[in-house]
Amino acid sequence: MSLNRERFLKTTAGAAAGVAAGASGMHIAFGADYSPIGTFPAGTQGDSVFLGLMCPLTGSYSADGEDLRRGYVLALEDLNNGTGVMGKIPSLAGKKGLLGKKVAYKIADSETNPNTAVQHATEFITQNKAIMISGGVATSEVIAMGKVAQQQKVLFMTGASGSNDTTGKDCQRYMFRSQCDAYMVAAAITPILAKALGTKRKAIYLTPDYSYGHSLANSMKEFTEKIGWTTVADVVAPFPSSDYSSYLTNIANSSADTFINIEFGNDGVASTKQAAQFGILKKMQLVVPNISTYFPDGVGSDIMGGVYGTQEWFYRLADIYPLSKVFFDEYEKKFPGIIPRWTGHIAYTQVALWADAVARAKTFHPPTVIETLEAGHPIDLMLGTVHYRAGDHQLVRPVPVVVGKKHVDMANKEDWFKIVDVVPADKVMQPLAGTSCKMPSYT
Amino acid sequence: MIEAQLLNGVALGSILALVALGLTIIFGLLGLVNFAHGAFFMVGAYAGWIVYTQTGSFVLGVATALVFAFIVGIVVERVLIRFYYKRPPEDQILVTFGLNIVLVETVRAIFGGKTQLVPSPSWGQGAVQIADFVYPQYRLEVVGIVALTLAVMWLILFKTRLGLIVRAGIDDALIVNILGINVNRTFMLVFALGVAVAGLSGIIDAPIVAVYPDMGTDILVQSFVVVVIGGVGSFAGAILGGIVAGEIVSVTTAFAPDYGQVMLYVAMALVLILRPQGLLGVEGRA
Repeated sequence: MSLNRERFLKTTAGAAAGVAAGASGMHIAFGADYSPIGTFPAGTQGDSVFLGLMCPLTGSYSADGEDLRRGYVLALEDLNNGTGVMGKIPSLAGKKGLLGKKVAYKIADSETNPNTAVQHATEFITQNKAIMISGGVATSEVIAMGKVAQQQKVLFMTGASGSNDTTGKDCQRYMFRSQCDAYMVAAAITPILAKALGTKRKAIYLTPDYSYGHSLANSMKEFTEKIGWTTVADVVAPFPSSDYSSYLTNIANSSADTFINIEFGNDGVASTKQAAQFGILKKMQLVVPNISTYFPDGVGSDIMGGVYGTQEWFYRLADIYPLSKVFFDEYEKKFPGIIPRWTGHIAYTQVALWADAVARAKTFHPPTVIETLEAGHPIDLMLGTVHYRAGDHQLVRPVPVVVGKKHVDMANKEDWFKIVDVVPADKVMQPLAGTSCKMPSYT
Repeated sequence: MIEAQLLNGVALGSILALVALGLTIIFGLLGLVNFAHGAFFMVGAYAGWIVYTQTGSFVLGVATALVFAFIVGIVVERVLIRFYYKRPPEDQILVTFGLNIVLVETVRAIFGGKTQLVPSPSWGQGAVQIADFVYPQYRLEVVGIVALTLAVMWLILFKTRLGLIVRAGIDDALIVNILGINVNRTFMLVFALGVAVAGLSGIIDAPIVAVYPDMGTDILVQSFVVVVIGGVGSFAGAILGGIVAGEIVSVTTAFAPDYGQVMLYVAMALVLILRPQGLLGVEGRA
């Protein structure tokens, strides 16, 4: 890896020197180590750098996008003031901003739509010279922006994305993903499902027809079939959808005893509520492997009670991890009356991981920052100690498995889940050889 | 299972038929291509949803949707649409498409982009056991509501003086005017009636699909497909087209869920090739 990197630096530096000698010699002013690439150094010449952030504030995943937005707002405020969790990270502690520069940002509505997401990402890169972009909640948005990032040589820290493809066949040198992938979710939840529901279940799936849906359904099938479950059918619905009746008719009239709903965001809420109308939840156990941020609020505690799933992060983790407590308290102060959800946690985490890498690399130069992230330096954050894996840019992190509480067991109106287990990273990470990631080059 | 899907096809198709009916009335009687129909559907849903959540009465919500959409229809027709009856279809498409954007973005500016869940009315909760399968009660009731609405619309258009004037006015507006009848006002009423039906469909569909600013977009596309399948401008065609479309989606889903929507467009293409005027359309009418 470092050999490639050295060779890359030498060749590009050489080429750039050749060009520069004939032209302005600009790159020399920025140190011979860091040849111009992407928006570097153009985006770092003022007294501030710019981040382009894409949040789906409308469309199927808008509720999750809204929390993502709040996470970014808090993260950037903390970064620029040296407060909150940012102030507890050794490389950032006692500093305001990043490398002496203010970190400016804009948030655009990606509309849960890959085309819109790409359009905004491109605008931020070309017009605002964004030094880093981040965001997206649908994997389709994230994978599309990852391609832009790779092409434009600008770092992209993903928003929410649960497909194996994001760090698998669609992995990019310039893209890093902090959310657990489908494999990790399935690996974490399956032993708990076996214990709670037994090993003789007949499962039926409702799956949104795109990368995230297929990836999570396939991982769940793979793991549950290993413990003895059978898959009755995988009912695939278009993404997004609003009326699930024809798909639910299939499910209601199947022989399954377990309904595994892969749908997410508003689609997850709508399909689950409609499933209740079809009497499905009375005759089948509901499992939602990846529970979207406002799913419990949408379906209510009557449906939520006894539902197994995972949460990328849940605020009660503040009882376990000190920095989760700091994050929770800061968020509450910034947004009174709103409890942070896990997309907000992702936004904060991704900005923190990037800022820490920049601070330790002492430059915004993207290949150098990437190399710093790939070095896998452990960092303490809201889920304990985490680090990025070089081979596929997946964050090595634990997976919280939860079960929905019945109304009578809820201590307050946000107390939706009991945390069954926080499964450590070494039990859930897919071996690198199993991912289909062929990491593209720096250039 | 196939019986369950056949029933579901009727339920799905009935909503489509109602939306398509509004489209086909406006096109068939006024000759206006209305791309704002999805927005009227959405406006009705929002108006009904607000009253429903404020008062707790779904019936009041439905009545509000109907009346509010009717008023919106009258205003829009007077200030905008009436200047476009004699304009070429591309002008009509542009102006109604623009109107669609204005309405959707206005609602988004007022209520935000979030999806608002709408509970089923108290008399529509739960599921009904039919033979060996269960089916949501509200969806069955929707079929009844739609059937009733269609019957009323048929009476208005084919058994009243208004309907007579409209149909005469379409054939020869000049003669009807000479007979001392105000065709302009009749056209206004017909347009508002089409909009009111769209608004009604919106609030009826709201407990099933929830309310959000773009909710009309999907249904608009599908209801155009229904109109094409059923026959442009045909009252019976809208109903038949709706049911056929609902059955195609539902029955395909029983065998191959991921092809349900695709088959809808395949069916439309087949109709356009084999019977361009639609199943119940009359050649040259449109």
